[in-house]
Amino acid sequence: MAEVHGEQSFWRKYIFSIDHKIIGIQYGITALFFLLFGFILMMIMRWQLAYPEQPVPIIGWLLGEEGILLPEVYNSLGAMHGTIMVFLGIVPLSVGAFGNYFVPLQIGAPDMTFPKLNMASYWFYFLGGIVMLASFFVPGGAANSGWTSYPPLAVIATMGQTMWLVGMVFLITSSLLGAVNFITTIIQLRVKGLTWMRLPFFVWSQLVTAFLLLLAFPPLEAAGVMQLMDRLAGTSFFLPSGLVVSGQVLEVTGGGSPLLWQHLFWFLAHPEVYVLILPAMGIVAEVLATNIRKPLWGYRAMVYSAVFLGFMSFIVWAHHMFLTGMGTTLSGFFQTTTMIISIPSVIILTAFLLSLWGGSIRFTTPMLFALGFIPMFGLGGLTGLPLGLAPADIHLHDTYYVIAHFHYMVAPGTIFALFAGVYHWFPKITGRRMNETLGKIHFWGSFVCMNGIFMPMFAQGMAGISRRLWDGGISYQFAQDAGVLWSNELISISAWVLFLFQIPFVYNLIRSIKGGEIVDDNPWEATTLEWAAPSPPPHGNFTEPLTVYRPAYEYSVPGAVKDFLPQHQPEEG
Amino acid sequence: METIPYTVTPREDTGLINAKLGIWLFLASEVMLFGGLFSAYIFLRLGAVSWPEGSSILNVPIGTFNTLVLIGSSVTMVLSWAALAEKRFDRFRLYLGLTMLLSLLFLVVKGFEYSEKFSHHLYPASSSFMAIYFTLTGLHALHIIGGLVVNGYLWGPGSKMWASDPERFTNRVEIAGLYWHFVDLVWIFLFPVLYLL
Repeated sequence: MAEVHGEQSFWRKYIFSIDHKIIGIQYGITALFFLLFGFILMMIMRWQLAYPEQPVPIIGWLLGEEGILLPEVYNSLGAMHGTIMVFLGIVPLSVGAFGNYFVPLQIGAPDMTFPKLNMASYWFYFLGGIVMLASFFVPGGAANSGWTSYPPLAVIATMGQTMWLVGMVFLITSSLLGAVNFITTIIQLRVKGLTWMRLPFFVWSQLVTAFLLLLAFPPLEAAGVMQLMDRLAGTSFFLPSGLVVSGQVLEVTGGGSPLLWQHLFWFLAHPEVYVLILPAMGIVAEVLATNIRKPLWGYRAMVYSAVFLGFMSFIVWAHHMFLTGMGTTLSGFFQTTTMIISIPSVIILTAFLLSLWGGSIRFTTPMLFALGFIPMFGLGGLTGLPLGLAPADIHLHDTYYVIAHFHYMVAPGTIFALFAGVYHWFPKITGRRMNETLGKIHFWGSFVCMNGIFMPMFAQGMAGISRRLWDGGISYQFAQDAGVLWSNELISISAWVLFLFQIPFVYNLIRSIKGGEIVDDNPWEATTLEWAAPSPPPHGNFTEPLTVYRPAYEYSVPGAVKDFLPQHQPEEG
Repeated sequence: METIPYTVTPREDTGLINAKLGIWLFLASEVMLFGGLFSAYIFLRLGAVSWPEGSSILNVPIGTFNTLVLIGSSVTMVLSWAALAEKRFDRFRLYLGLTMLLSLLFLVVKGFEYSEKFSHHLYPASSSFMAIYFTLTGLHALHIIGGLVVNGYLWGPGSKMWASDPERFTNRVEIAGLYWHFVDLVWIFLFPVLYLL
């Protein structure tokens, strides 16, 4: 492509760049900002839960004269926390940032197949983010019907919900462009010799993720269009006949079904769960393999599991809907598929665990985060099983137990993996290493606080505390005897201390860009192709044509001189 | 190592150029989008107390006419690509121009149908049937407009590529054609579902 050559203006190089690495960094910075923003929303909510109806310190002036978090604002913060963390934080960081930067590098490609679409993908994401942020300032505030936007509540909600839907359309467009790009890149641009079973597991995880994004998001877009029609054109896709709101029968044609939304929403949102976790598993696989100095145990089984996970994730969605009265036949089907889908996750996790056996482990900061991921993800996964079975789910549905379960997957699970990725790949992006001491403080502090937040929630949930209410409502009275209400304060304090432990990370990240220890192109002595490029990789990535000679993780090969054999190295030497 | 490979010549083991794989993936995603709306149609219809017969509300002859217009545009689209394969640029322009005229005709007829409904006070809010009718056909019309923009570009400013890189330009027309046939195909599903069933 002619336009990628030669001198480029500042705008073309750093703002409207079509280089996958710059776009990856743009995604990364924006997503980290949104992660922080979503976290701040939750810290405000935790004040209300720990100290109900007392003025919020520091930012209380934003919330009105008395500085108290009002119920309607609480609902907005809750809905936007979920939306921002999932759609603007974690997915853009794991797919948009890490995927964009490292998939082309790991397959030895000069860039993505469609660099301009790649740029468009980022800017659609950016626009979606702006719309979501702007929605806080419209009358009635941001969307307040939960991140799931269930109708009829969402249809009759304030204008923030319309903004939410418009924002989602931008985000879905962004992910569509990204997904097409990832799949074609991985299929078409693998360098010579890089056969499917030689791909790093990270690339496999991104491939499956891209298929999920490609095929699961459009039904939500369809549902979003219908909800927009309901809100703006007065249709009744999701409004049943004779709906009564505040004692008044709503004047609509009716005949719609709120359940239709739930089906379409969860048809996206269950695969979305695997969109959140698969790239994280990919990062953990890379970090583990590098730091155990031996091949991953069961690489093929992991690949097949990831692909199977992808297929299965399309037929488990209604396990989110056991309480809708959909009948035992349907429940039976979805319980069965849900139990089946837990198998590949267990296989992958077991492979990680067995990989450690007999390894000479290097306890670097990225490795600590990757090791932290394993038990945390295991805990999240196992506690999910009761939720997949209708009889247990009926009790636990919509309680803090559910919050604890999926946060163990995505907070100390996925986010730890993302931190591992930042520490692991930082030397490739900048040519410098991040500070190890600060990294270890970051890890241990976060590890303790994460458990301080989510472990007590299991108990709260089993005591029946509702996950959505500003004041716990009647569920607080029920939970009184169980003696779990005091832990609200513990959870909140853990959340705020967790924030403090992110300060060394942010300091470390910014400081190391210019002040970190300078390292060579392959500081971790890793085998995959991204380490064959200079740090940072120039435009076009590699200085000379590559050929791949061996599988991804050839560590400690018997008889070899060094304990690692890079994929592109022709002969032992 | 700066240029992206397989933009013009297919990769050996996959037999594909990048853009062709890309458009098929995009169309798969589109299938899921319209699939979501079609399943909403089925869901609502199965749950409805009564559902009107499409032909009692919609004008079947006009719908049939529009179906033929769209099928015709698909044929001219293929002919325009075939003309490029025979290096007949003038014929390409003629056939692609015809495709665009036919798609414009489709939109005009659709607009006429819409305004007739509005004049009978039939709006999306009137019933579940009208809601799904306007949503499905409206989204389809947006896809027609999208196709018009792409084809307009290839007919006008984009056709400069014929002089510099004819093979790549032919590929572009083929890929725009794949999209266009998909839009046509969606209508071929929409027409019986909404007008006849």
